[in-house]
Amino acid sequence: MAVRGVKSSYWKGVRDGAPFLLVVLPFGMLFGVLATEAGLPMFDTLAFSVVVVAGAAQFTAMQLMQDNAPTVIVIISALAVNLRMAMYSAAMTPHLGELPVWKRAVAAYLLLDQTYASSAIQYEREPDMTLSERFAYFLGVASIICPGWYGFTLVGVMMGAAVPPEYGLDFALPIAFLAMIGPALRTGAHVAAALVAVTAALLLSVVPYNLGMLVAALLGMMAGAEVERRTQA
Amino acid sequence: MIDRTELWIVIIALGLGSFALRFVFLGLVGDRPLPAWLLRHLRYTAVAVLPALVAPLVIWPPATGGETDPVRLAAAAAAFAAGWWLKNVIAAMLAGAVVLVGLGYWLS
Repeated sequence: MAVRGVKSSYWKGVRDGAPFLLVVLPFGMLFGVLATEAGLPMFDTLAFSVVVVAGAAQFTAMQLMQDNAPTVIVIISALAVNLRMAMYSAAMTPHLGELPVWKRAVAAYLLLDQTYASSAIQYEREPDMTLSERFAYFLGVASIICPGWYGFTLVGVMMGAAVPPEYGLDFALPIAFLAMIGPALRTGAHVAAALVAVTAALLLSVVPYNLGMLVAALLGMMAGAEVERRTQA
Repeated sequence: MIDRTELWIVIIALGLGSFALRFVFLGLVGDRPLPAWLLRHLRYTAVAVLPALVAPLVIWPPATGGETDPVRLAAAAAAFAAGWWLKNVIAAMLAGAVVLVGLGYWLS
């Protein structure tokens, strides 16, 4: 079913983004809880979520600061976890690149796992959307995800003192990531990419500062691209 | 205890750095077309980055000091398997959470 009009594109974005709140909820709250338990004031914790808006990078930075890692290492490692954002940026460029630069800056701030995922699927499904419909759709997803991220961080802060460090809370993040992988493995190329990435990540886990993960992800992407190229040829 | 000055250096540096990563192609490349080989690699970003990030955390969880834990392993397997067969992220998260909490409670 085709989307027509800026307004209905925006609301389609809101509707498509809403289910992702269930993913944002545990991450946001978990960050609020963990930051509060690490002794961060409420304002700083909320500012962290508003300024950085990237769950995995925020968790990485918190973990390393608690381990008393040097500040430079904290920043580089967390940015390394966020390198995928550059890949999302490139993936959005064919769809949103014609926008004026300030709108592209807005889209860049709002470029998250969920806005990327929803938009990439939507733009692929309906390639005849106009530029302003595409931007409206993107804003629709973001306007439900970003306030959700800030809000659930705040809820986590309030729960922080009350929640005891219960068994399994540390594992919410891996579970959520794993849950996203299965549905994404649509073709043999996707499976190959994931298998290579997992194998390399485990073999390279001794490499310090997340560098092993970065190399493993790159190898996985190369494997996926190569399998796609061969199956199409 | 985390030093507040250090915290704010990290917050600001991460904010600027993350924005730069998000803006780099979208802002600077604009409407120039990207090469096919680059787009082909980008299609596999999610299915390469997420597994690479998660695999070591599943096998050697930091919470157990890096010792492999059968409960976390089972929960991870349940989350992945449910996602694979049901093609549904929320159902997969629930499956993982149920196994993690249920099995953890039962074994403790």
